[in-house]
Amino acid sequence: MLDVLIVDDSAAIRKILQRVLRQTEIPIGTVYEAGDGVEALETLRRQAIGLVLSDINMPNMDGLEFLTKMREEHDWQGIPVLMVSTEGTQAKVLEAVERGASGYVRKPFTAEQIKEKLVGLI
Amino acid sequence: MTTNTGAAQPISQEELVHAIQSATSEVFTTMLNLDVAPGEVFVEKEEAVPSSGVVSLIGLAGSWVGSGSLACSAACAAKLASALLMTPYTAIDEDVLDAVAELTNMIIGNVKTALESRLGAMGLSTPTVIYGRNFQTRSGGNQEWTVVPFALGEDQMFVQMCIAPCRDSIKKITRTGFPVPHLLPT
Repeated sequence: MLDVLIVDDSAAIRKILQRVLRQTEIPIGTVYEAGDGVEALETLRRQAIGLVLSDINMPNMDGLEFLTKMREEHDWQGIPVLMVSTEGTQAKVLEAVERGASGYVRKPFTAEQIKEKLVGLI
Repeated sequence: MTTNTGAAQPISQEELVHAIQSATSEVFTTMLNLDVAPGEVFVEKEEAVPSSGVVSLIGLAGSWVGSGSLACSAACAAKLASALLMTPYTAIDEDVLDAVAELTNMIIGNVKTALESRLGAMGLSTPTVIYGRNFQTRSGGNQEWTVVPFALGEDQMFVQMCIAPCRDSIKKITRTGFPVPHLLPT
């Protein structure tokens, strides 16, 4: 079973992504939620997370800074991270990839788009 | 037509309207499975808001600064949340307000992305949602709002933006998306 961490300051998006995760054929275990990068790092320290879905624009610590700090930790380097964000410029996508994102989906998204990306990551 | 008074601007009113209409249609079709019909666009000196209902505001800042908002009735907000979250809502609660905030984030965020190739990078603030009865909003300065109404069945929603070049000679990008107050001493 795969424990997942969803990082987004919108409770609505966290609900939607959790619903989509449960619709995939991926064996999802516990789904943890965080409202920003600070909370996300704390969750990573406490739980054995196997997959992360993260927004970029968040208060306290945005998704790109969270991603950089996450990849600095040896134990977390192999965890797939799918960025889910309204930021849609090529420059922003490239920056996310350079910082260690495993995939990128722009908001608005369909459930099928998320599932397709996740299958490619797991 | 230009987006603001003064010197020639890199984007036209028509381009801004097209960006708003495209972003709104894409968000509603993709995330809510709802069709929206754009109405006649108009320009207001003051933000067009209902006397009661829900208004969600988001700021933009970079070489250009401004605000975007989504405004609708409480009943319409509940319908939007029901469609987004696939759960029935009949009155305003935290989930409904959060849904409206996220819709604003996605719509204005996508407008921002569409405009950035011409206007340069801009930051986007966290949305602020206001709801209640008998309220009005006012924007500082002499700003014009481009207002795009959308019909949602019997309901109506307004997506509007005001955007202008940053007056500072030094470009400042604030993380929150709101412009640096010009009245503060430097």
